[in-house]
Amino acid sequence: MKNKSLNGVFGLVAVTTFAIGTVSVWAETAPKPAKLVVNDESEMVTEVKPAEGISHLATAYDGWRFRASETQAVQSDDFENPGMIFVEQALDNWNKVDGTEGKSCASCHGAPEESMVGVRASYPKWDETMGKVATIEMEINNCRTTRMGAEPWKYTGGEMTTMNALISVQSRGMPVNVAIDGPAQSAWEHGKEMYYTRTGELELSCASCHEQHYGDKIRAETLSQGQINGFPSYRLKNGKLNSIHARFKGCVRDTRAETYKPGSQDFVDLELYVASRGNGLSVSGPSVRN
Amino acid sequence: MKPAVLGMAALIAATTALSAAEVEPGKVVFAEDGSVATSLTGVPGDPAAGRKAIGSKKIGNCVACHQITEMSDVPFHGEIGPSLDGVGERYTEAQIRGIVTDAKHTFADTIMPSFYKVDGFIRPGKRYTGKAADETFGPLLEAQQIEDVVSYLVTLK
Repeated sequence: MKNKSLNGVFGLVAVTTFAIGTVSVWAETAPKPAKLVVNDESEMVTEVKPAEGISHLATAYDGWRFRASETQAVQSDDFENPGMIFVEQALDNWNKVDGTEGKSCASCHGAPEESMVGVRASYPKWDETMGKVATIEMEINNCRTTRMGAEPWKYTGGEMTTMNALISVQSRGMPVNVAIDGPAQSAWEHGKEMYYTRTGELELSCASCHEQHYGDKIRAETLSQGQINGFPSYRLKNGKLNSIHARFKGCVRDTRAETYKPGSQDFVDLELYVASRGNGLSVSGPSVRN
Repeated sequence: MKPAVLGMAALIAATTALSAAEVEPGKVVFAEDGSVATSLTGVPGDPAAGRKAIGSKKIGNCVACHQITEMSDVPFHGEIGPSLDGVGERYTEAQIRGIVTDAKHTFADTIMPSFYKVDGFIRPGKRYTGKAADETFGPLLEAQQIEDVVSYLVTLK
């Protein structure tokens, strides 16, 4: 427990009152100051003051800030970052013709370094044609099925997640800026409600750990704010790129709950809300995490 | 009656007596301050078993969130909840039993899980599988494990 003034007062410390607009008494612990400069040239914004009314965070921090310095160093250099190998692989898929229409991604979108700049920063976002809030994965599969005549990719599968990384890296350094109003508002509100709902036999919400206790250790791990600006994320734990919904699923599972399905509108809404909590942070994926 | 059948009858009687003494989840009586005065089983707790449950990821895993100096042989204690050093001095046994059983009766908004509860959950799952709860669903700790944990915690003075 890091809140020294409450040390020894078991009762007070344990009461982690959550109510909109009240002063928090929980124990957020700010990470050590550190600068994420990729390849010695591009500095990422890893902390930002969030806009009013989105969360109870005084400061939003990129998850990179909570990691050990060795892990941080790996993400600072694209030659060290194993996530970049997958980006290379995705470029092959980008140029590969697939499906009945004889098209590749490149057939319509040209070079990702040109056409995909800024895309990741604004997603999830309302898609007028689909009539709902869509993620990059949904857009990829929409292209594959309606324009290419190809089979959809598995939502959290390798092809999908690496392609997402290729698209994300084109926005690296740009501020996350998802819209939460207009047609996206109800999805955003639903996502927010999910964020604060205590699920499973452990009765934990996202906020229980990632808003009330970021920076604190849970067993051997230091809790981050659960920001998603660095996804897809290369995890040392499983040696591959991990998607946002796969991570969400793992977290919900760890509350001993019945999880939501990756790609479900529930998780899309949650993704929109969680993304908005990091509006202003740099898109920094592919990140490197434990 | 044959001796074997007699033996069986005695066993059934003994089992019934045991389960009658064990308070079921949901039937625990909490005092206004959240404490639970009566043992959940009537069987004294085993502090060594309680210590093991507190340190084991597969049982209580209390140290995931709480630091306990006496258990420094167990690696990686968390910082989410308060240190449990001296908890046996700050609280009575009944208060500790209440907190371990279901801390929300003592601290309404605590994030501490309720260790002896089986209903009122949102999307309860089958342990850590991510699947929906099924007929194997039970409390996080058994009644006797609660008593074991309590019997260890009261020694932390």
